[in-house]
Amino acid sequence: MSDRHPLFMPLILVGGLIFGFGLGFSHMARPEVVLNFLQFDDFGLVFVMFGAAIVTGVTFFLAPRLLGRAPLTGDQFERRLKPFDRNVLIGGSIFGVGWGLSGICPGAAYASLGIGNVTILWALAGMFLGAYLQGRWRSQSVSADSVTAGAD
Amino acid sequence: MVPDPVLLQLTTELFPNGISRYAIGGLLVGLGTVVIYLGTGIPAGASTFLESTLSYVSGQSRFQRYVSSRDWRLVFTFGIIMGALAFSATVQSGMITTSLYQPGTTGQLYEVGGLTLWSTDVQPWRLLLGGIFVGIGTRIGKGCTSGHGVCGVGSASKTSITGVITFMIVAILTAQIVAALGVSP
Repeated sequence: MSDRHPLFMPLILVGGLIFGFGLGFSHMARPEVVLNFLQFDDFGLVFVMFGAAIVTGVTFFLAPRLLGRAPLTGDQFERRLKPFDRNVLIGGSIFGVGWGLSGICPGAAYASLGIGNVTILWALAGMFLGAYLQGRWRSQSVSADSVTAGAD
Repeated sequence: MVPDPVLLQLTTELFPNGISRYAIGGLLVGLGTVVIYLGTGIPAGASTFLESTLSYVSGQSRFQRYVSSRDWRLVFTFGIIMGALAFSATVQSGMITTSLYQPGTTGQLYEVGGLTLWSTDVQPWRLLLGGIFVGIGTRIGKGCTSGHGVCGVGSASKTSITGVITFMIVAILTAQIVAALGVSP
């Protein structure tokens, strides 16, 4: 951690700034707009998700082929591939209930604070509570049978 | 080419606020992810922050595994908040006006020292209860809308595509049921 490149943190900050500006501009930081998508009143969210995924898709495809290693960490460029198991379906369903009920997801909740939505602290408190509950439960089940699920 | 009036009307019905704010916002979300990826090789998602930050206050093994990334995840989240604040100070406050941005009518706008801020009308119990489910689900399901939806789909990961389809269907059903029960907003 201490031998990180001096530009590592500034770059993370710049990436976060662009990411957050985009969430504000796209109105994903407004739960109402996400709920309008889920209720089929405004399908704009599709353009946000695919707009973002196209940019990352092209980059994740080309970077490993054209570039050597990441300049600030020396790490290989890899795609985000996670092993599939039933947790993806269980967790995805639980996430879906929460997203459909509240209209907010983690990144959009942080951005929502930035656009002045103090009320979103209810959702952030809930997210931390939920993450804590599953972490506590899974830490104990892992130490109980020492079989890790390898989830991340 | 003369635009087809039927197609135009359909577009207005499906996208009452146009598509430009969504498409441009999405491209920026992708760009933010790509900036971090090209410099560091990290495909950053937003929800690991919840567990990595809990490692500061809890010794549970599930959280301690994120100790090495918790500092930059704090910076990433701080950047997201400040980036959204920059959006408020410029576009939302009307300092920058563009035909590509539809301001919309959701929620409540309010002013603080020349800054136009925004607040939701969605009821706190929905945010709190929904947040709890989101917090549990994103960590068990290995990702959220940015981890699976942006980085995972961008990686053509079958796991992430399955995850996105799963939470999309369940979220649509949930939102439709809640709306049908008369809960609004």
